[in-house]
Amino acid sequence: MLPQVFFAYFAIVTIALSLIIITRKNPVHSVLWMLVLFFHIAGLYLFLNAEFIAAVQVILYAGAVLVLFLFVIMMLNLKEELSSERFIGEWPIGVALGLSILLFVFFSISKFIAGPSGEFTIERILKETHTKAIGKVLYTEYILPFEVASLILLIAIVGAIVLAKKRT
Amino acid sequence: MVPLEWYIALSTVIFIIGVTGFLIRRNIIIMLICIELMLNAVNLSLIAFSHYLQDLKGQILVIFVITVAAAEAAIGLAILVALYRNKAVVHTDKLTEMKG
Repeated sequence: MLPQVFFAYFAIVTIALSLIIITRKNPVHSVLWMLVLFFHIAGLYLFLNAEFIAAVQVILYAGAVLVLFLFVIMMLNLKEELSSERFIGEWPIGVALGLSILLFVFFSISKFIAGPSGEFTIERILKETHTKAIGKVLYTEYILPFEVASLILLIAIVGAIVLAKKRT
Repeated sequence: MVPLEWYIALSTVIFIIGVTGFLIRRNIIIMLICIELMLNAVNLSLIAFSHYLQDLKGQILVIFVITVAAAEAAIGLAILVALYRNKAVVHTDKLTEMKG
């Protein structure tokens, strides 16, 4: 009973927060609500026995990405933004499109059949600790994708500097 | 025990809210936030699958998704700064240079 109640709380709050985020007029408010949303999603991760990912979620998303968003919003002068219309003129079409995709996916969820289970049972992860288990898989089996990810970050750094630099 | 389908349904709803927000808002900052929302929904479903199928590959994938999301946010906001410097608007319907 208790897990369902916890899940219901997190589900209701995350859905409500997502709706709040996409309807706020002021982007700063959106970003601050996003912070609350990220903490709730981290709570759901903890609920799924993924402590390391929950910590990364709070540190990276709430700590880095949102601060980046806030910095950029503060650099831009958005006074004029606040007085203009928040949705595009054709917004009912967008909502209808979203609802139709939602219906489509909901019908396919009931047809879902789980595949074969892997070897990382909860007992094994608890015994080995989650971070260690993830680290072992990441640095042995997935070492090449890991290196590629570092390359992506390098390109992002260089690209951000080149794009935002003043033209001389 | 919460069934896996509940997590998939929750993740679907968040993803669709992100898609809808991306389609209907005109402010580019909020559109970027909606992309983050969609990536979070995907992460949630990946972790739910990883937990219920007892395989860590889903969580490894989440780490890569977070990396790409951080890179995407940095590049997107840099494009936004460059755009604002040249046009002083962040509205999608005022950006018609490319006649798209």
